[in-house]
Amino acid sequence: MNRSAPVIVGAGPAGVRAAQTLVAHGLRPVLIDEAARAGGQIYRQPPQGFARSKKALYGFEAGRADGVHQAFEAVRTSLDYRPQTLVWNAQPGLLDLMDNTTQAASSLAWEELIVATGATDRVLPFPGWTTPGVYTLGGAQVALKFQGCAIGRTVVLAGNGPLLYLVAYQYAKAGATVAAVLDSSSLADRTAALPAMLGQPALLAKGIYYLAWLKLHGVPVHTHAQVLRVEGDSRVQSLAWRHANLAQPGGKVGTEQVIPCDAVGFGYALRSETQLADLLGCRFQFDAMQRAHLPVRDRAMRSSVPGVYLAGDGAGIMGADAAELAGERAALALLQDRGVAIDGARVAQIEQQLAQVAAFRLGLERAFPFPQGWAAEAPDDLVVCRCENIRAGELRAAVRDCGAREMNRLKALTRVGMGRCQGRMCGAAATEILAQAAGLPVQEVGRLRGQAPIKPIPIGLHLSSALAVTASDTALQEDAS
Amino acid sequence: MSQSLQPQLVRLAEHERATVAFTLDGRAVTALEGDTVLTAVLTNAGSLRRNEFSGQPRAGFCMMGACQDCWIATADGERLRACSTFIRAGMHLLSGSGEGA
Repeated sequence: MNRSAPVIVGAGPAGVRAAQTLVAHGLRPVLIDEAARAGGQIYRQPPQGFARSKKALYGFEAGRADGVHQAFEAVRTSLDYRPQTLVWNAQPGLLDLMDNTTQAASSLAWEELIVATGATDRVLPFPGWTTPGVYTLGGAQVALKFQGCAIGRTVVLAGNGPLLYLVAYQYAKAGATVAAVLDSSSLADRTAALPAMLGQPALLAKGIYYLAWLKLHGVPVHTHAQVLRVEGDSRVQSLAWRHANLAQPGGKVGTEQVIPCDAVGFGYALRSETQLADLLGCRFQFDAMQRAHLPVRDRAMRSSVPGVYLAGDGAGIMGADAAELAGERAALALLQDRGVAIDGARVAQIEQQLAQVAAFRLGLERAFPFPQGWAAEAPDDLVVCRCENIRAGELRAAVRDCGAREMNRLKALTRVGMGRCQGRMCGAAATEILAQAAGLPVQEVGRLRGQAPIKPIPIGLHLSSALAVTASDTALQEDAS
Repeated sequence: MSQSLQPQLVRLAEHERATVAFTLDGRAVTALEGDTVLTAVLTNAGSLRRNEFSGQPRAGFCMMGACQDCWIATADGERLRACSTFIRAGMHLLSGSGEGA
């Protein structure tokens, strides 16, 4: 039987382990990645010629990062590896690609596809978040890890989730001044979450270590902190905040405090990059824990579409360690479905470890509860869509005056989610505002549908590709701007 | 120094690299080899572009090719995604915030 090579999208921990597993079983998969070097965001490698050690770059994760990098190097010549390549459209049996360096377009037929597209920060904005000097937590980390730069001299880090403390620790350790860590959750949340997290003591210990290190080194850490706004016209000059528990709104609220700073990093845990799964027709379901509609996958990482497997954070946030396991499991499922004999004991071991991680994630959600009161607090003049400057009040007006009750209707009425980022930065926030304004639970307002191209491509490429792809208004908007 | 010329990013490590000369809004400046266009510009200035809708300056946001808020114009009329394009000697970049803008 002459089958085409399996295709993997994404060379982070999930994609690399999937590739390694397929190679170990005698296949030569195609591995497509937008970055120039393998590792994904979490284990992103600096450009060639940078000098810092892996210990300096990845800290406690150095061994993990090195493991993924080495696994990739070991199979590199056994892969059809395509770095700096964007998958901008996915259809049954066909992917549309663009080489990011030459902007050359191509198509790739697929029969089996492992989608490992990862995640970005979940953003809940505050007034002033579009000011130069305000970045996501992940972005702040990329600046340091990938470029050796801090986002500013005096940095405030805000939001919640494990990345908050990790970035604060990495920044302070690298010599940046961390003026404050503003955590929307509290120590009480963490204590309540302890029983669920004890199953993964190493991960728990790291979190405790970062917090202890920050306190020891005099970094102010405030909990139940609500960011009110960033001040400054063309640069960040200060950040205003107050004590308030947005996870359980209605309680006591503190007085406003102002911290002088020239940069801010913020984020509220992560959100999955689900666009390709969506274009491929995978079934989605609302996940209450992650407060998002996610593509459904079984324990073997099979999606609802035959031949499509979903590994890593791109189909629900499980973290990097789980992504490695999920990548391997997806590859083993693909092999199973081909009729290749695989190691059943290894399958059982992976599934058991993934179940333990799932229990830990439940604990993490409790440790860093979503700030449910965020939408009610968002002022009408808050810019929600940074691409097209669409404000919360415009979204609320569409609900009030036009009866919008669903995200794609809201998008059609206001253009929210239609700009260049395709809702990656505004989607979570717009969903919260719609649900709050309409008085509906967040699971009932739907999700933004994925649209090709999932990232901007030049119009010349679009036309020359000569494929029967309808130019969506997003594509036209990209190129008109 | 005017606000727009004040750098946003601060180099904390990896100083030992060859310099790369380019121009920003007509001004001759330098970066280091391996810098992205974003790093090259924001270690020399405070922003990359202006938002088409608000007219306000922007300096990127996600740093990982997702937000699309770091596209910068070149003198040739090209647009580059600054966080995922490496700086090359002789690039002529326009942030829309320079003296001539």
